[in-house]
Amino acid sequence: MRYGRAPEVLRDIDLTLKPGSFHFLTGPSGAGKSSLLKLIYLAHGPSRGLIRLFGQDISTVARRDVPDLRRRIGVVFQEFRLLDHLSALDNVALPLRIAGRRAQEYRDDVAELLAWVGLGERLEALPSTLSGGEKQRLAIARAVVNRPDVLLADEPTGNVDREMGLRILRLFQELNRLGTTVLIATHDRELVQRAGQPVLRLDGGRLSPPLRPGPPVGQASGPRAEAEAAPELALDPPPPVPPPGPGEAAA
Amino acid sequence: MTGLPAQAPARRWRPGPLLPVGEGRDRALSFVIAVLCALACLTAILALAADRAASGWRTQISASATVLVRPGRGQTSSEAAAAAAEALAGVPGVTEARALDRADALRLLTPWLGGGVLPDDAPIPMLVAVDLDPRRPATSAALRAALANAGVQAVLDDHSRWLGDVERAALIARSAALGAGALVALAAGAAVAFATRAGLTSRRDVIEVLHLSGARDGFISGLFERRFAWLAARSGAYGALAAILLAGALKAFGGQDGFTPLLPLQWSDLLAAAPCPLAAAGVAVVSARRAALRVLRAPSQA
Repeated sequence: MRYGRAPEVLRDIDLTLKPGSFHFLTGPSGAGKSSLLKLIYLAHGPSRGLIRLFGQDISTVARRDVPDLRRRIGVVFQEFRLLDHLSALDNVALPLRIAGRRAQEYRDDVAELLAWVGLGERLEALPSTLSGGEKQRLAIARAVVNRPDVLLADEPTGNVDREMGLRILRLFQELNRLGTTVLIATHDRELVQRAGQPVLRLDGGRLSPPLRPGPPVGQASGPRAEAEAAPELALDPPPPVPPPGPGEAAA
Repeated sequence: MTGLPAQAPARRWRPGPLLPVGEGRDRALSFVIAVLCALACLTAILALAADRAASGWRTQISASATVLVRPGRGQTSSEAAAAAAEALAGVPGVTEARALDRADALRLLTPWLGGGVLPDDAPIPMLVAVDLDPRRPATSAALRAALANAGVQAVLDDHSRWLGDVERAALIARSAALGAGALVALAAGAAVAFATRAGLTSRRDVIEVLHLSGARDGFISGLFERRFAWLAARSGAYGALAAILLAGALKAFGGQDGFTPLLPLQWSDLLAAAPCPLAAAGVAVVSARRAALRVLRAPSQA
Protein backbone atom coordinates (compact mmCIF):
# COMPACT_ATOMS: atom_id res chain seq x y z
CA MET A 1 0.00 0.00 0.00
CA ARG A 2 1.19 3.49 -0.80
CA TYR A 3 -0.22 7.02 -0.62
CA GLY A 4 -0.05 8.60 -4.05
CA ARG A 5 3.45 8.27 -5.44
CA ALA A 6 5.10 8.00 -2.04
CA PRO A 7 7.07 4.85 -1.14
CA GLU A 8 5.08 1.86 0.01
CA VAL A 9 4.12 2.06 3.66
CA LEU A 10 3.02 -1.57 3.81
CA ARG A 11 4.34 -4.45 1.80
CA ASP A 12 4.25 -8.22 1.78
CA ILE A 13 1.56 -8.26 4.45
CA ASP A 14 -0.02 -11.67 4.90
CA LEU A 15 -2.57 -11.48 7.69
CA THR A 16 -5.66 -13.48 8.47
CA LEU A 17 -7.95 -12.51 11.32
CA LYS A 18 -10.11 -15.44 12.29
CA PRO A 19 -13.68 -14.72 13.26
CA GLY A 20 -13.85 -14.05 16.98
CA SER A 21 -10.11 -13.52 17.33
CA PHE A 22 -8.45 -10.78 19.38
CA HIS A 23 -5.16 -9.26 18.28
CA PHE A 24 -3.04 -6.32 19.18
CA LEU A 25 -1.10 -4.49 16.52
CA THR A 26 2.06 -2.84 17.73
CA GLY A 27 5.07 -1.18 16.25
CA PRO A 28 6.89 2.13 16.28
CA SER A 29 5.25 5.30 15.12
CA GLY A 30 5.08 5.41 11.34
CA ALA A 31 5.33 1.65 11.04
CA GLY A 32 2.04 1.51 9.15
CA LYS A 33 -0.43 0.48 11.89
CA SER A 34 -3.02 3.08 10.96
CA SER A 35 -2.53 2.34 7.28
CA LEU A 36 -3.18 -1.34 7.87
CA LEU A 37 -6.38 -0.48 9.72
CA LYS A 38 -7.42 1.83 6.86
CA LEU A 39 -7.07 -1.04 4.45
CA ILE A 40 -9.34 -3.18 6.60
CA TYR A 41 -12.04 -0.57 7.12
CA LEU A 42 -12.01 0.27 3.42
CA ALA A 43 -10.86 3.85 3.75
CA HIS A 44 -7.99 3.10 1.41
CA GLY A 45 -7.41 0.51 -1.26
CA PRO A 46 -4.26 -1.53 -1.71
CA SER A 47 -1.90 -0.48 -4.48
CA ARG A 48 -1.39 -4.20 -5.11
CA GLY A 49 -2.37 -7.43 -3.50
CA LEU A 50 -5.65 -8.91 -2.31
CA ILE A 51 -7.94 -8.07 0.58
CA ARG A 52 -10.75 -10.39 1.52
CA LEU A 53 -13.34 -9.06 3.93
CA PHE A 54 -16.14 -11.23 5.27
CA GLY A 55 -15.30 -13.72 2.57
CA GLN A 56 -15.41 -11.21 -0.27
CA ASP A 57 -12.58 -9.92 -2.38
CA ILE A 58 -13.04 -6.18 -1.91
CA SER A 59 -11.81 -5.44 -5.41
CA THR A 60 -14.91 -7.20 -6.73
CA VAL A 61 -17.38 -5.67 -4.27
CA ALA A 62 -19.81 -3.30 -5.99
CA ARG A 63 -19.78 0.25 -4.71
CA ARG A 64 -23.36 -0.05 -3.53
CA ASP A 65 -22.39 -3.02 -1.35
CA VAL A 66 -19.49 -1.31 0.40
CA PRO A 67 -21.71 0.37 3.04
CA ASP A 68 -23.02 -3.04 4.10
CA LEU A 69 -19.45 -4.16 4.77
CA ARG A 70 -18.60 -0.96 6.61
CA ARG A 71 -21.61 -1.33 8.88
CA ARG A 72 -20.14 -4.58 10.15
CA ILE A 73 -16.94 -2.83 11.18
CA GLY A 74 -16.59 -0.54 14.17
CA VAL A 75 -13.65 1.83 14.07
CA VAL A 76 -12.05 3.87 16.82
CA PHE A 77 -10.06 6.47 14.93
CA GLN A 78 -6.85 7.77 16.39
CA GLU A 79 -8.03 11.32 15.76
CA PHE A 80 -11.55 10.41 16.99
CA ARG A 81 -13.37 11.90 13.97
CA LEU A 82 -16.32 13.06 16.02
CA LEU A 83 -18.86 15.36 14.41
CA ASP A 84 -18.40 18.68 16.15
CA HIS A 85 -21.94 19.92 15.55
CA LEU A 86 -23.56 16.87 17.12
CA SER A 87 -24.05 16.12 20.78
CA ALA A 88 -22.27 13.22 22.43
CA LEU A 89 -25.43 11.18 22.23
CA ASP A 90 -25.93 11.94 18.53
CA ASN A 91 -22.31 11.12 17.78
CA VAL A 92 -22.59 7.71 19.39
CA ALA A 93 -25.94 7.04 17.76
CA LEU A 94 -24.60 7.84 14.29
CA PRO A 95 -24.13 4.21 13.11
CA LEU A 96 -27.63 3.37 14.34
CA ARG A 97 -29.18 6.31 12.50
CA ILE A 98 -27.36 5.35 9.35
CA ALA A 99 -28.60 1.79 9.75
CA GLY A 100 -32.14 3.16 9.83
CA ARG A 101 -32.96 2.70 13.52
CA ARG A 102 -35.62 4.98 14.97
CA ALA A 103 -34.42 7.59 17.43
CA GLN A 104 -36.86 6.59 20.15
CA GLU A 105 -35.68 2.99 19.94
CA TYR A 106 -32.02 3.61 20.46
CA ARG A 107 -31.85 6.64 22.68
CA ASP A 108 -31.90 4.82 26.01
CA ASP A 109 -29.38 2.22 24.87
CA VAL A 110 -27.02 4.92 23.66
CA ALA A 111 -27.44 6.89 26.88
CA GLU A 112 -26.67 3.73 28.81
CA LEU A 113 -23.53 3.08 26.79
CA LEU A 114 -22.39 6.65 27.34
CA ALA A 115 -22.94 6.25 31.06
CA TRP A 116 -20.88 3.08 30.94
CA VAL A 117 -17.92 4.94 29.45
CA GLY A 118 -18.31 7.66 32.06
CA LEU A 119 -20.14 10.22 29.96
CA GLY A 120 -23.61 9.76 31.39
CA GLU A 121 -23.74 13.37 32.46
CA ARG A 122 -22.51 14.69 29.11
CA LEU A 123 -25.15 13.35 26.75
CA GLU A 124 -25.85 16.73 25.19
CA ALA A 125 -22.29 18.00 25.32
CA LEU A 126 -20.63 18.96 22.06
CA PRO A 127 -17.27 17.33 21.35
CA SER A 128 -15.55 20.71 21.46
CA THR A 129 -16.39 20.92 25.15
CA LEU A 130 -14.97 17.49 25.98
CA SER A 131 -11.46 16.64 27.09
CA GLY A 132 -9.23 14.41 25.02
CA GLY A 133 -10.04 11.42 27.18
CA GLU A 134 -13.77 12.08 26.96
CA LYS A 135 -13.56 12.36 23.20
CA GLN A 136 -11.72 9.07 23.06
CA ARG A 137 -14.39 7.35 25.13
CA LEU A 138 -17.03 8.88 22.92
CA ALA A 139 -15.27 7.53 19.83
CA ILE A 140 -15.08 4.08 21.43
CA ALA A 141 -18.77 4.13 22.31
CA ARG A 142 -19.61 5.04 18.71
CA ALA A 143 -17.48 2.19 17.40
CA VAL A 144 -19.14 -0.46 19.55
CA VAL A 145 -22.72 0.82 19.69
CA ASN A 146 -24.05 -1.48 16.98
CA ARG A 147 -22.10 -4.56 18.12
CA PRO A 148 -19.92 -4.80 15.00
CA ASP A 149 -18.55 -8.06 13.66
CA VAL A 150 -15.10 -6.51 13.55
CA LEU A 151 -13.77 -3.84 15.87
CA LEU A 152 -10.69 -1.87 14.83
CA ALA A 153 -9.22 0.54 17.32
CA ASP A 154 -6.31 2.87 16.68
CA GLU A 155 -4.68 3.83 19.97
CA PRO A 156 -7.96 3.57 21.90
CA THR A 157 -6.39 4.23 25.29
CA GLY A 158 -3.95 6.94 24.33
CA ASN A 159 -5.85 9.70 26.11
CA VAL A 160 -7.46 7.95 29.07
CA ASP A 161 -6.16 7.13 32.51
CA ARG A 162 -5.14 3.65 33.53
CA GLU A 163 -8.43 2.79 35.17
CA MET A 164 -10.49 3.85 32.16
CA GLY A 165 -8.01 2.09 29.87
CA LEU A 166 -8.59 -1.17 31.68
CA ARG A 167 -12.31 -0.59 31.61
CA ILE A 168 -12.18 -0.07 27.86
CA LEU A 169 -10.15 -3.24 27.54
CA ARG A 170 -12.87 -5.13 29.43
CA LEU A 171 -15.43 -3.71 27.02
CA PHE A 172 -13.39 -4.94 24.07
CA GLN A 173 -12.96 -8.33 25.71
CA GLU A 174 -16.67 -8.58 26.37
CA LEU A 175 -17.44 -7.76 22.76
CA ASN A 176 -14.86 -10.33 21.70
CA ARG A 177 -16.49 -12.91 23.98
CA LEU A 178 -19.76 -12.20 22.19
CA GLY A 179 -18.11 -12.94 18.85
CA THR A 180 -16.62 -9.66 17.67
CA THR A 181 -13.24 -9.89 15.99
CA VAL A 182 -10.98 -7.30 17.63
CA LEU A 183 -7.81 -5.69 16.34
CA ILE A 184 -6.27 -2.95 18.45
CA ALA A 185 -3.35 -0.84 17.31
CA THR A 186 -1.62 0.42 20.41
CA HIS A 187 1.55 1.50 22.12
CA ASP A 188 0.04 0.69 25.52
CA ARG A 189 2.20 -2.15 26.73
CA GLU A 190 0.22 -2.69 29.91
CA LEU A 191 -2.94 -3.11 27.89
CA VAL A 192 -1.25 -5.75 25.77
CA GLN A 193 0.16 -7.56 28.79
CA ARG A 194 -3.15 -7.60 30.62
CA ALA A 195 -5.13 -8.86 27.69
CA GLY A 196 -2.74 -11.71 27.01
CA GLN A 197 -3.83 -11.82 23.39
CA PRO A 198 -1.62 -12.38 20.33
CA VAL A 199 0.42 -9.42 19.20
CA LEU A 200 1.12 -8.52 15.59
CA ARG A 201 4.13 -6.31 15.16
CA LEU A 202 4.61 -3.94 12.26
CA ASP A 203 8.00 -2.52 11.56
CA GLY A 204 9.13 -0.79 8.42
CA GLY A 205 5.91 -1.72 6.69
CA ARG A 206 6.36 -5.43 7.28
CA LEU A 207 4.33 -7.60 9.61
CA SER A 208 5.88 -10.11 12.00
CA PRO A 209 4.09 -13.35 12.85
CA PRO A 210 1.74 -13.20 15.87
CA LEU A 211 3.43 -13.31 19.26
CA ARG A 212 1.81 -13.95 22.61
CA PRO A 213 2.82 -11.55 25.39
CA GLY A 214 4.92 -12.83 28.28
CA PRO A 215 4.48 -11.96 31.96
CA PRO A 216 4.04 -8.29 32.85
CA VAL A 217 7.24 -6.27 32.94
CA GLY A 218 7.34 -2.98 34.83
CA GLN A 219 5.37 0.04 33.78
CA ALA A 220 7.55 1.20 30.92
CA SER A 221 5.73 2.14 27.77
CA GLY A 222 6.33 3.87 24.49
CA PRO A 223 8.04 2.73 21.33
CA ARG A 224 11.48 2.40 22.83
CA ALA A 225 10.33 0.43 25.89
CA GLU A 226 8.18 -1.68 23.64
CA ALA A 227 11.08 -2.40 21.32
CA GLU A 228 13.24 -3.38 24.26
CA ALA A 229 10.50 -5.60 25.63
CA ALA A 230 9.86 -7.35 22.35
CA PRO A 231 12.08 -10.39 23.10
CA GLU A 232 9.84 -11.16 26.05
CA LEU A 233 6.96 -11.93 23.81
CA ALA A 234 6.47 -15.62 23.21
CA LEU A 235 6.13 -16.79 19.69
CA ASP A 236 2.73 -18.01 18.81
CA PRO A 237 2.86 -20.20 15.70
CA PRO A 238 0.75 -18.75 12.94
CA PRO A 239 -2.49 -20.63 12.56
CA PRO A 240 -3.20 -22.49 9.35
CA VAL A 241 -4.88 -20.29 6.79
CA PRO A 242 -8.60 -21.10 6.94
CA PRO A 243 -10.90 -20.86 3.97
CA PRO A 244 -12.41 -17.40 3.48
CA GLY A 245 -15.12 -16.66 5.97
CA PRO A 246 -16.68 -13.89 8.01
CA GLY A 247 -14.29 -11.52 9.71
CA GLU A 248 -11.26 -12.31 7.61
CA ALA A 249 -8.91 -9.74 6.26
CA ALA A 250 -5.66 -10.21 4.41
CA ALA A 251 -3.52 -7.56 2.80
CA MET B 1 -27.47 -3.39 29.78
CA THR B 2 -29.45 -1.80 32.53
CA GLY B 3 -31.70 1.13 31.90
CA LEU B 4 -30.42 4.54 32.89
CA PRO B 5 -32.41 7.64 33.63
CA ALA B 6 -32.61 9.75 30.53
CA GLN B 7 -31.74 13.42 30.81
CA ALA B 8 -34.73 14.48 28.76
CA PRO B 9 -38.04 12.76 28.16
CA ALA B 10 -37.47 10.35 25.30
CA ARG B 11 -40.68 11.26 23.54
CA ARG B 12 -39.54 14.86 23.18
CA TRP B 13 -36.02 14.08 22.12
CA ARG B 14 -35.07 14.51 18.51
CA PRO B 15 -31.67 13.72 17.09
CA GLY B 16 -29.67 16.65 15.80
CA PRO B 17 -29.22 17.33 12.09
CA LEU B 18 -26.39 15.33 10.56
CA LEU B 19 -25.35 18.32 8.47
CA PRO B 20 -24.24 21.45 10.31
CA VAL B 21 -26.83 24.21 10.24
CA GLY B 22 -26.72 27.98 10.48
CA GLU B 23 -23.89 28.53 8.04
CA GLY B 24 -23.76 31.92 6.32
CA ARG B 25 -23.86 30.26 2.94
CA ASP B 26 -27.42 29.11 3.57
CA ARG B 27 -28.61 32.64 4.21
CA ALA B 28 -27.10 33.86 0.95
CA LEU B 29 -28.71 30.98 -0.92
CA SER B 30 -32.06 31.70 0.72
CA PHE B 31 -31.90 35.28 -0.44
CA VAL B 32 -30.98 34.33 -4.00
CA ILE B 33 -33.78 31.77 -4.24
CA ALA B 34 -36.32 34.15 -2.73
CA VAL B 35 -35.44 36.84 -5.29
CA LEU B 36 -35.59 34.35 -8.15
CA CYS B 37 -38.94 33.05 -6.94
CA ALA B 38 -40.30 36.59 -6.64
CA LEU B 39 -39.27 37.26 -10.24
CA ALA B 40 -40.81 34.00 -11.41
CA CYS B 41 -44.08 34.72 -9.61
CA LEU B 42 -44.26 38.26 -10.97
CA THR B 43 -43.63 36.90 -14.45
CA ALA B 44 -46.42 34.36 -14.04
CA ILE B 45 -48.86 36.95 -12.68
CA LEU B 46 -48.10 39.47 -15.41
CA ALA B 47 -48.27 36.73 -18.05
CA LEU B 48 -51.78 35.89 -16.89
CA ALA B 49 -52.74 39.54 -17.14
CA ALA B 50 -51.20 39.84 -20.59
CA ASP B 51 -53.01 36.72 -21.70
CA ARG B 52 -56.26 38.16 -20.43
CA ALA B 53 -55.62 41.39 -22.34
CA ALA B 54 -54.91 39.43 -25.50
CA SER B 55 -58.03 37.37 -24.95
CA GLY B 56 -60.10 40.55 -24.57
CA TRP B 57 -58.68 42.02 -27.74
CA ARG B 58 -59.30 38.75 -29.55
CA THR B 59 -62.92 38.76 -28.41
CA GLN B 60 -63.43 42.35 -29.47
CA ILE B 61 -61.84 41.85 -32.84
CA SER B 62 -63.52 38.58 -33.65
CA ALA B 63 -66.92 39.95 -32.62
CA SER B 64 -66.99 42.63 -35.29
CA ALA B 65 -66.40 43.16 -38.96
CA THR B 66 -66.30 46.14 -41.24
CA VAL B 67 -67.73 46.39 -44.75
CA LEU B 68 -66.51 48.97 -47.26
CA VAL B 69 -69.35 49.62 -49.71
CA ARG B 70 -68.98 50.63 -53.33
CA PRO B 71 -72.13 52.25 -54.72
CA GLY B 72 -73.62 50.51 -57.72
CA ARG B 73 -74.82 52.17 -60.89
CA GLY B 74 -77.54 54.67 -60.12
CA GLN B 75 -77.00 54.27 -56.43
CA THR B 76 -75.73 56.73 -53.88
CA SER B 77 -73.19 55.72 -51.28
CA SER B 78 -75.75 56.02 -48.54
CA GLU B 79 -78.19 53.83 -50.43
CA ALA B 80 -75.53 51.21 -51.03
CA ALA B 81 -74.54 51.26 -47.37
CA ALA B 82 -78.15 50.94 -46.27
CA ALA B 83 -78.67 47.99 -48.62
CA ALA B 84 -75.56 46.29 -47.32
CA ALA B 85 -76.58 46.84 -43.71
CA GLU B 86 -79.99 45.41 -44.39
CA ALA B 87 -78.55 42.33 -46.11
CA LEU B 88 -76.06 41.68 -43.33
CA ALA B 89 -78.52 42.17 -40.50
CA GLY B 90 -80.40 39.07 -41.58
CA VAL B 91 -77.40 36.76 -41.44
CA PRO B 92 -77.44 34.34 -38.49
CA GLY B 93 -74.67 35.25 -36.07
CA VAL B 94 -74.97 38.98 -36.73
CA THR B 95 -76.40 40.96 -33.85
CA GLU B 96 -76.33 44.35 -35.52
CA ALA B 97 -75.31 45.88 -38.84
CA ARG B 98 -75.42 49.62 -39.18
CA ALA B 99 -74.31 51.94 -41.94
CA LEU B 100 -72.06 54.66 -40.70
CA ASP B 101 -73.10 58.12 -41.80
CA ARG B 102 -70.73 60.57 -43.42
CA ALA B 103 -69.79 62.17 -40.11
CA ASP B 104 -68.80 58.78 -38.66
CA ALA B 105 -66.76 57.96 -41.77
CA LEU B 106 -64.98 61.32 -41.60
CA ARG B 107 -64.16 60.73 -37.95
CA LEU B 108 -62.58 57.40 -38.83
CA LEU B 109 -60.48 59.08 -41.48
CA THR B 110 -59.33 61.89 -39.24
CA PRO B 111 -56.22 60.06 -37.90
CA TRP B 112 -54.92 59.72 -41.46
CA LEU B 113 -56.19 62.85 -43.18
CA GLY B 114 -56.57 65.28 -40.30
CA GLY B 115 -59.73 67.11 -39.35
CA GLY B 116 -61.59 69.64 -41.49
CA VAL B 117 -59.49 69.36 -44.60
CA LEU B 118 -61.91 67.54 -46.87
CA PRO B 119 -64.45 69.48 -48.89
CA ASP B 120 -68.03 68.59 -48.25
CA ASP B 121 -68.50 67.01 -51.64
CA ALA B 122 -65.38 64.89 -51.52
CA PRO B 123 -66.21 61.22 -52.10
CA ILE B 124 -65.46 59.13 -49.08
CA PRO B 125 -65.96 55.39 -48.64
CA MET B 126 -69.11 54.32 -46.86
CA LEU B 127 -68.73 51.78 -44.13
CA VAL B 128 -71.03 49.31 -42.49
CA ALA B 129 -70.13 48.23 -38.95
CA VAL B 130 -71.18 44.68 -38.20
CA ASP B 131 -71.45 43.34 -34.64
CA LEU B 132 -71.28 39.54 -34.42
CA ASP B 133 -72.68 37.19 -31.85
CA PRO B 134 -69.60 36.40 -29.70
CA ARG B 135 -70.88 32.89 -28.99
CA ARG B 136 -71.69 31.92 -32.57
CA PRO B 137 -70.31 34.60 -34.87
CA ALA B 138 -71.24 34.56 -38.51
CA THR B 139 -68.48 33.36 -40.78
CA SER B 140 -66.83 35.60 -43.33
CA ALA B 141 -68.19 33.37 -46.07
CA ALA B 142 -71.75 33.83 -44.84
CA LEU B 143 -71.32 37.61 -44.76
CA ARG B 144 -69.85 37.71 -48.28
CA ALA B 145 -72.66 35.48 -49.57
CA ALA B 146 -75.27 37.79 -48.07
CA LEU B 147 -73.67 40.83 -49.71
CA ALA B 148 -73.47 39.05 -53.07
CA ASN B 149 -77.07 37.95 -52.87
CA ALA B 150 -78.12 41.55 -52.19
CA GLY B 151 -76.13 42.73 -55.22
CA VAL B 152 -73.93 44.98 -53.16
CA GLN B 153 -70.36 45.50 -54.22
CA ALA B 154 -68.36 45.59 -51.04
CA VAL B 155 -65.08 44.63 -49.43
CA LEU B 156 -65.39 42.69 -46.17
CA ASP B 157 -62.77 43.18 -43.49
CA ASP B 158 -63.31 40.47 -40.86
CA HIS B 159 -60.28 41.74 -38.85
CA SER B 160 -58.56 38.37 -39.26
CA ARG B 161 -55.32 40.17 -39.99
CA TRP B 162 -55.48 41.92 -36.62
CA LEU B 163 -56.65 38.76 -34.93
CA GLY B 164 -53.54 36.97 -36.14
CA ASP B 165 -51.36 39.74 -34.77
CA VAL B 166 -53.08 39.61 -31.39
CA GLU B 167 -52.81 35.85 -31.19
CA ARG B 168 -49.17 36.01 -32.16
CA ALA B 169 -48.57 38.63 -29.46
CA ALA B 170 -50.37 36.48 -26.90
CA LEU B 171 -48.32 33.44 -27.90
CA ILE B 172 -45.12 35.46 -27.58
CA ALA B 173 -46.19 36.69 -24.15
CA ARG B 174 -46.95 33.15 -22.98
CA SER B 175 -43.71 31.80 -24.42
CA ALA B 176 -41.71 34.60 -22.85
CA ALA B 177 -43.31 33.88 -19.49
CA LEU B 178 -42.56 30.18 -19.79
CA GLY B 179 -39.02 30.90 -20.91
CA ALA B 180 -38.47 33.29 -18.03
CA GLY B 181 -39.85 30.70 -15.62
CA ALA B 182 -37.56 28.04 -17.05
CA LEU B 183 -34.54 30.35 -16.81
CA VAL B 184 -35.39 31.20 -13.23
CA ALA B 185 -35.76 27.49 -12.40
CA LEU B 186 -32.40 26.78 -14.03
CA ALA B 187 -30.78 29.62 -12.11
CA ALA B 188 -32.27 28.41 -8.83
CA GLY B 189 -31.19 24.85 -9.63
CA ALA B 190 -27.67 26.02 -10.42
CA ALA B 191 -27.51 27.95 -7.15
CA VAL B 192 -28.64 24.89 -5.19
CA ALA B 193 -26.20 22.65 -7.04
CA PHE B 194 -23.39 25.07 -6.27
CA ALA B 195 -24.38 25.16 -2.62
CA THR B 196 -24.56 21.37 -2.51
CA ARG B 197 -21.11 20.98 -3.99
CA ALA B 198 -19.77 23.63 -1.64
CA GLY B 199 -21.39 21.85 1.30
CA LEU B 200 -19.91 18.52 0.29
CA THR B 201 -16.49 20.08 -0.13
CA SER B 202 -16.45 22.18 3.01
CA ARG B 203 -17.78 19.35 5.19
CA ARG B 204 -15.74 16.58 3.70
CA ASP B 205 -14.92 15.51 7.25
CA VAL B 206 -18.58 14.90 7.99
CA ILE B 207 -19.16 13.11 4.70
CA GLU B 208 -16.16 10.85 5.29
CA VAL B 209 -17.35 9.88 8.76
CA LEU B 210 -20.79 9.15 7.38
CA HIS B 211 -19.32 7.03 4.61
CA LEU B 212 -17.05 5.12 6.98
CA SER B 213 -20.01 4.54 9.28
CA GLY B 214 -21.81 2.77 6.46
CA ALA B 215 -23.88 5.56 4.93
CA ARG B 216 -24.88 5.05 1.33
CA ASP B 217 -24.53 7.80 -1.25
CA GLY B 218 -28.31 8.11 -1.35
CA PHE B 219 -28.44 8.62 2.41
CA ILE B 220 -25.91 11.45 2.24
CA SER B 221 -27.54 12.92 -0.83
CA GLY B 222 -30.87 12.78 1.01
CA LEU B 223 -29.46 14.99 3.75
CA PHE B 224 -28.71 17.69 1.21
CA GLU B 225 -31.99 17.14 -0.62
CA ARG B 226 -34.05 17.61 2.52
CA ARG B 227 -32.04 20.59 3.67
CA PHE B 228 -32.26 22.44 0.37
CA ALA B 229 -35.87 21.42 -0.25
CA TRP B 230 -36.86 23.03 3.03
CA LEU B 231 -34.66 26.05 2.40
CA ALA B 232 -36.05 26.48 -1.13
CA ALA B 233 -39.64 26.02 0.01
CA ARG B 234 -39.21 28.65 2.69
CA SER B 235 -37.41 31.01 0.32
CA GLY B 236 -40.03 30.31 -2.34
CA ALA B 237 -42.74 31.29 0.12
CA TYR B 238 -40.96 34.56 0.88
CA GLY B 239 -40.47 35.23 -2.82
CA ALA B 240 -44.10 34.43 -3.61
CA LEU B 241 -45.25 36.68 -0.81
CA ALA B 242 -43.11 39.53 -2.13
CA ALA B 243 -44.51 39.04 -5.63
CA ILE B 244 -48.08 38.93 -4.32
CA LEU B 245 -47.56 42.13 -2.37
CA LEU B 246 -46.05 43.89 -5.37
CA ALA B 247 -48.69 42.69 -7.82
CA GLY B 248 -51.40 43.41 -5.27
CA ALA B 249 -50.12 46.96 -4.95
CA LEU B 250 -50.20 47.34 -8.73
CA LYS B 251 -53.77 46.09 -8.77
CA ALA B 252 -54.87 48.19 -5.81
CA PHE B 253 -53.30 51.43 -6.97
CA GLY B 254 -53.40 50.83 -10.70
CA GLY B 255 -56.93 52.04 -11.42
CA GLN B 256 -60.07 50.39 -12.68
CA ASP B 257 -58.35 48.50 -15.47
CA GLY B 258 -56.20 46.56 -13.05
CA PHE B 259 -52.94 48.49 -13.45
CA THR B 260 -53.37 49.35 -17.16
CA PRO B 261 -55.62 48.21 -19.99
CA LEU B 262 -52.53 46.49 -21.38
CA LEU B 263 -52.19 44.41 -18.19
CA PRO B 264 -55.66 43.98 -16.72
CA LEU B 265 -54.64 42.34 -13.42
CA GLN B 266 -57.25 40.52 -11.40
CA TRP B 267 -57.01 39.47 -7.79
CA SER B 268 -57.27 35.82 -8.81
CA ASP B 269 -54.03 36.22 -10.80
CA LEU B 270 -52.15 36.43 -7.52
CA LEU B 271 -52.92 32.74 -6.96
CA ALA B 272 -50.34 32.00 -9.66
CA ALA B 273 -47.70 32.50 -6.96
CA ALA B 274 -49.17 29.81 -4.72
CA PRO B 275 -47.33 26.78 -6.18
CA CYS B 276 -43.99 28.59 -5.97
CA PRO B 277 -42.74 27.06 -2.67
CA LEU B 278 -43.53 23.56 -3.88
CA ALA B 279 -41.95 24.16 -7.27
CA ALA B 280 -38.85 25.66 -5.65
CA ALA B 281 -38.55 22.65 -3.36
CA GLY B 282 -38.87 20.32 -6.32
CA VAL B 283 -36.16 22.12 -8.25
CA ALA B 284 -33.93 22.08 -5.16
CA VAL B 285 -34.39 18.35 -4.59
CA VAL B 286 -33.51 17.47 -8.17
CA SER B 287 -30.52 19.82 -8.28
CA ALA B 288 -29.15 18.77 -4.89
CA ARG B 289 -29.50 15.09 -5.71
CA ARG B 290 -27.78 15.40 -9.07
CA ALA B 291 -24.95 17.49 -7.65
CA ALA B 292 -24.45 15.37 -4.54
CA LEU B 293 -24.43 12.04 -6.33
CA ARG B 294 -22.06 13.39 -8.95
CA VAL B 295 -19.60 14.45 -6.25
CA LEU B 296 -20.07 11.37 -4.08
CA ARG B 297 -19.61 8.98 -6.98
CA ALA B 298 -16.45 10.67 -8.17
CA PRO B 299 -13.52 8.23 -8.04
CA SER B 300 -11.74 10.23 -5.33
CA GLN B 301 -14.56 9.72 -2.84
CA ALA B 302 -14.29 6.99 -0.21
